[in-house]
Amino acid sequence: MHMNIRKLRSAAMAVSAAALTISLAACGSSGPAGSGTNADSATMWGLTGGNQPVLQKSVDAWNKAHSDETIKLDFFANDAYKTKVRTAVGAGQGPTFIYGWGGGVLKSYVDAGQVADLSDFVKQNPEVKSRYLPAVLKNGVINGKTYALPNNNVQPVVLYFNKDVFAKVGVQPPKTWDELMALVPKFKDAGIAPFSLGGQSKWPDLMWLEYLVERIGGPQVFADIAANKPNAWSNPAVTEALTKIQQLVDAGGFVNGFSSIAADSNADQALLYTGKAAMILQGGWIYQGMKKDAPDFVKSGKLGFSTFPTVSGGKGDPADVVGNPSNFWSISSKATDKQKKAALDYVKSGMFTDQNTQDLIDSGAVPVVTGIESKLAASPDKDFLTYVYGMAKNAPSFTLSWDQALSPAQGDAMLANLDQIFLKKITPEQFVSTMNATIGK
Amino acid sequence: MSTTTSSPRRARDKGPSGWLAAPALVFFLVFAIIPLIGVVALSFTRWDGLGEIQVDGFSSWKTVLTDPVTGNALWVTAKIMFFSFIVQAPISLLLGVFTAGGQKYRAALAVLYFIPLLLSSAAVAIAYKALLDPNFGLGPGLGLPFLAQDWLGNSDLVLFVVVFVIAWQFVPFHTLIYQGGVRQIPASFYEAAQIDGAGRVQQFLHITLPQLKYTIITSSTLMVVGSLAYFDLVFVLTGGGPGYTTRLLPLHMYLTGFKANDMGAASALGVILVVIGLGLALLLQRLGGRNRNASQLEGA
Repeated sequence: MHMNIRKLRSAAMAVSAAALTISLAACGSSGPAGSGTNADSATMWGLTGGNQPVLQKSVDAWNKAHSDETIKLDFFANDAYKTKVRTAVGAGQGPTFIYGWGGGVLKSYVDAGQVADLSDFVKQNPEVKSRYLPAVLKNGVINGKTYALPNNNVQPVVLYFNKDVFAKVGVQPPKTWDELMALVPKFKDAGIAPFSLGGQSKWPDLMWLEYLVERIGGPQVFADIAANKPNAWSNPAVTEALTKIQQLVDAGGFVNGFSSIAADSNADQALLYTGKAAMILQGGWIYQGMKKDAPDFVKSGKLGFSTFPTVSGGKGDPADVVGNPSNFWSISSKATDKQKKAALDYVKSGMFTDQNTQDLIDSGAVPVVTGIESKLAASPDKDFLTYVYGMAKNAPSFTLSWDQALSPAQGDAMLANLDQIFLKKITPEQFVSTMNATIGK
Repeated sequence: MSTTTSSPRRARDKGPSGWLAAPALVFFLVFAIIPLIGVVALSFTRWDGLGEIQVDGFSSWKTVLTDPVTGNALWVTAKIMFFSFIVQAPISLLLGVFTAGGQKYRAALAVLYFIPLLLSSAAVAIAYKALLDPNFGLGPGLGLPFLAQDWLGNSDLVLFVVVFVIAWQFVPFHTLIYQGGVRQIPASFYEAAQIDGAGRVQQFLHITLPQLKYTIITSSTLMVVGSLAYFDLVFVLTGGGPGYTTRLLPLHMYLTGFKANDMGAASALGVILVVIGLGLALLLQRLGGRNRNASQLEGA
């Protein structure tokens, strides 16, 4: 009898210990509930950074006006988010609103049946479709069906420069690749790094490859790669672009220690506005970051911007653009009907309200909607905003960032191998053959 | 081992009930054995983390074993393991012996030495990343050019920087183990040695070291097997770069699974990691001799 009680007690202890762990784990995943939200609220995961306050304000306003269709909003850092959301969605714990970039990553969600088909919603609500810049919408369309709708601002990759530094050295921003290469020794002699680069984050490296391939070979080169055509990486434009990158590395074009600089900490932009680097090739979103971190630099007009230089003999249109046409909301197909309804209602009438559009513009971003020219012109950031708007609107081709356009496996291999190119650990030929082997994966 | 050969009934009456181990065993089963079986099973499949899991035979294993990055990751792991051990073991042994002394100033210093123990790996990594930044870090900030190296971006330096940061974080832990070990050695040994005319160094070599044999084995096992699990610190500090220079096996597994979304290959790497870890732990235990119950205190 004595033994049995003891057994019973230890078994009970084991059960309660297990229960405790499970409840602790449950606490960990649910987190503190936002004000006015409850268990059947729609959930939304956003990114920290430039658009965070704008999105927070939009959702707060929505929740205040729609107490029966509330949205619970959490924010994550970019790189951490990309991992977390995929794991969560795979485990059936994803949010109602899935934040994304379109392209190959969206396709993998579609193939797995994780995101809802929004085609009918778009058909029934023509005003939703008509508010967007048409070129942006297509990145949310997979196999002719709409799975994602743009939710913020257009983000082309822009060549930024520090006007002070250019005046000090007495040179002009480069219009061609040859001019760019000629600038390198001039800045180096003045003790200034020609280009800042957040090489540790790897994706800033990619902007160089994207624009060079675009300028040399035109948009078809990457379209073939994205379409998984055999040996598509063997296009001579890719090899030439990689060779040019390595020539620029050899010439000392990138800031000392670029491979340990992380773009997530904004250290790459800091080099530009502190005058330690003359130029940086980065996404449209860093304008928001610099406006916040270096307001005097931006306000006094010392920040210059331009498009990527042309390459002599290149087939690409100089007006072609690469970058992120926008970010997107997809709606989880696993959400409850109530959550889905709340999500669609928000997409329909909570996003791009006059206030939301104005907030985006005030943050230094160009919303992906039509008819905002007068608002942009009235902004203190009008020079940059109208420039970006024109760039996106007039681009004959707007190629989505390759790491988002390709499947995750290809994108990861590409970034790892491009890093090796910048470090000169591999040759362009090795890059091409390694990447050809990933086609279809 | 001889004590356990007595009748089971007597052993049960004497010691605590075997059921007391049940919670730990349940945890081990739920959080170690079952996931391990899952990982072995997943390594024979193809899965991107989202869609259907497809049985795919040995293709993940073939991918992993023929990929030069795997070999490189193993080599980097071996280097980190070796350098971590030869840096950490002597420092923590000497610090442990030093802080075991009763003097007040030693106790005060010990408190300082143990501070890194309070910090999480991510915090340590973020702090070092900021300090070592070639443009905004400690070197440029203080105007010391020799400190303004590209510590985390130079392929020849980065491995040693990682070893240093790992040592900075883990030496205090091993110092604590050695401190405890040294304090267990009876003072009568040292008194007898002094009477025999042994100096400090001789006392250390002939009493402290042999008496610490099992402490050294414990600490070394933790160091060597632990270096298979360095992930958070390296992930935040370098992300495995530049290139593949600090892409350790656990990091390679994580990036394969959660960045490239190839769960099959990541599981195969996980199995390799488990096999190596178990093998090393067993090997180190063997080095300690079979008869672990033999007294260390003969003649005390």
